Amino acid sequence: MDVNIKLILAQAMLGLNNGVFYAMLSLGLAIIFGLLNVINFAHGALYMTGAFVALILYSFLGVWLGMEWLHIGFWPALIIAPLVVGSFGMLIERLLLRWLYRYDPIYSLLLTFGVALVLQGIFINYFNVSGTPYPGQPESLRGVVNLGFMVFPKFRLFAIVFSVIVCFAVWFVIERTRIGSVLRAGTEKPELVQAFGINVPLMVTLTFGFGTGLAGLAGVLAAPIYSVSPLMGADLIIVVFAVVVIGGMGSILGAVVSGLALGLIEGMTKVFYAPAASTVIFFLMVVVLLVRPAGLFGRQS
Amino acid sequence: MNAPAEDYLRISDLHAWYGESHVLHGIDVTLGKGEIITLLGRNGAGRTTTLRSIMGMVDRRSGSIQIDGEEMINMPAHRIAPRGLIGYCPEERGIFATLNAEENLLLPPALSSGGMSLDEIYDMFPNLLEARRRMGTSLSGGEQQMLAIARILRTGARLLLLDEITEGLAPVIVKTLDTVTRRLKEKGFTIVLVEQNFRFAAPLADRHYVIEHGRVVDCFEADQVEANMDRLNHYLSV
Repeated sequence: MDVNIKLILAQAMLGLNNGVFYAMLSLGLAIIFGLLNVINFAHGALYMTGAFVALILYSFLGVWLGMEWLHIGFWPALIIAPLVVGSFGMLIERLLLRWLYRYDPIYSLLLTFGVALVLQGIFINYFNVSGTPYPGQPESLRGVVNLGFMVFPKFRLFAIVFSVIVCFAVWFVIERTRIGSVLRAGTEKPELVQAFGINVPLMVTLTFGFGTGLAGLAGVLAAPIYSVSPLMGADLIIVVFAVVVIGGMGSILGAVVSGLALGLIEGMTKVFYAPAASTVIFFLMVVVLLVRPAGLFGRQS
Repeated sequence: MNAPAEDYLRISDLHAWYGESHVLHGIDVTLGKGEIITLLGRNGAGRTTTLRSIMGMVDRRSGSIQIDGEEMINMPAHRIAPRGLIGYCPEERGIFATLNAEENLLLPPALSSGGMSLDEIYDMFPNLLEARRRMGTSLSGGEQQMLAIARILRTGARLLLLDEITEGLAPVIVKTLDTVTRRLKEKGFTIVLVEQNFRFAAPLADRHYVIEHGRVVDCFEADQVEANMDRLNHYLSV
C-alpha cells in the first residue's frame, strides 16, 4: 500500500470537514438532551430544513413572489435559516414536546422521530429526492486555496474555520458565562432553579430553539458542499448519534471534541483501509459502550 | 382578603400531592414579620413537603398561602420567590456540581435591593472566599451548607425557608450556624426552620409547630416548651 504524508493530510482535511458537521449537530443534541432530557431525532431533518431554507431563499423565493431577479444569498441565509429553523424548533417544543415531559423520554423520542418523517415527507413531495445543487455560494468563497499538500476548496476551508469558531464560542458561553451557569444549573436541578425565580419553561423553549438553530446553521454551511436533498439529514444523523454516544450524552465539550476527532478518524481510515471508513465510527461506538458506557466525556455514574 | 399586616406568612388548609399520593392534609401555620418558627416532626411527616409546597415544587396544591397579604397558591413556581421575597435552602443543600462555588453563590437572581453584597457574604462566611473557584460539590458538607444559606442572603429575600440545615454536620459547624441564624434574626429576617435537631432550634424559635401525617397536630410558644417537654418528646421520639 502506497501511503504518503500528502495523502494523509488531504484525507485529514476532508475528514475534518465532515467532523465539523458532526460537531455542530452533536453539540445541539447535547445541549437539548442536557436540559430537556429529550433525544431529538428531528435534528437531522432540521439540518436538512436549514439547507432547504438557504436553497429556497436563493433559487425559489423570488420565483414564488413573482420577482425573478430576487436571489437572497449565502450570507443573509447564514442568519435567516438558523432563525427560521430555531423558531420552528420553539414551536415544536411549545406545542408538542411540552406535553410529554412528565412521561417516559421514549415518547418524546418517538414524537421527534415523527416530526423528522413529516419534514422529510414534505420536502420529498416538493423537491428532487436525489438532490438540488445550491448555486448561492458567495463569489469570495469560490475557487481553491493551495495548502501546500493539496488544493482545497475555499468554501470548505471557510466551513471548517467558521464551525470550529461557533462550537468553541458556544462552549465558552455555556462553561464560562452567567447565562451558561443558569443553563448548567437548570440541567442539574430544574426544580430548584425555578424556585430561585428563574423561568425554567421559557429557558427550555429558548434552549430547544438554540439547539435546533445550530442544526439549521449547519444545514446552510452544508448546502454549497453537498447537494441539498430531503434525505441529507437522515443519512447524517445516524453517524451523529454514534458521535454523541461516544462523546457522552449531554457533555458539551465531549460533543465538540468527539465530533471533530471522529471526522478525522473517518478520514484516516480512508487512507489506511478504505472499506472500513463508513463503519469505523460505529465500531468505536461499540467499543466505547463496552468500556465506558457513559461516553468518553460523560459523567460515569 | 387581606391578612393582618403583622403576619408575613399565613398558610391555611394547605393540601399537597405528589402524583396521586396526597401528602399534606391541611397545614395551618402563621408567622409574623421578623419571627422564627420551626416545623418539628418525624421523617416523612410532611415538613419538607410544606416548604416545597410554598415554593410550588409539588405536583398539585390547594388551600391558601398568603405572603405579605398576597395569595400565592395559584402562582407559577418561578414567580413565587420574586413576589414573596423568599429564599429557599433545600434539604440536601441543592449545591450544583457543575458550577463552582462562586457561580453557585451568584446563581439565584436578585429579588429586591436589600440583599447582602458579596463582600458582606465573604465577611460572614470567610471559608467561601477561599473556596470560591472550587466546584460546588467538592466543598465539605459544612461549606456547602454555608454556601446554600449565603446564596439566598445575596438575593434580598426577607423570608427564609431553611430545611434541615444542621443535618449531618459537626457540632462546631452547628455552632456557627447558630451564630449565623441569630445574626439573621437581628437583621429582621423572617425564618421557617425545618429541624430534627431540637436542641439547635429550641433557643432560636419564637414558636414550634408539630407536624404528623401531613397535619399540624400541636403548637407551642417558646415559653411553653419547658412545661411541655414530655409531650414534645413523645412527638419526636422514633
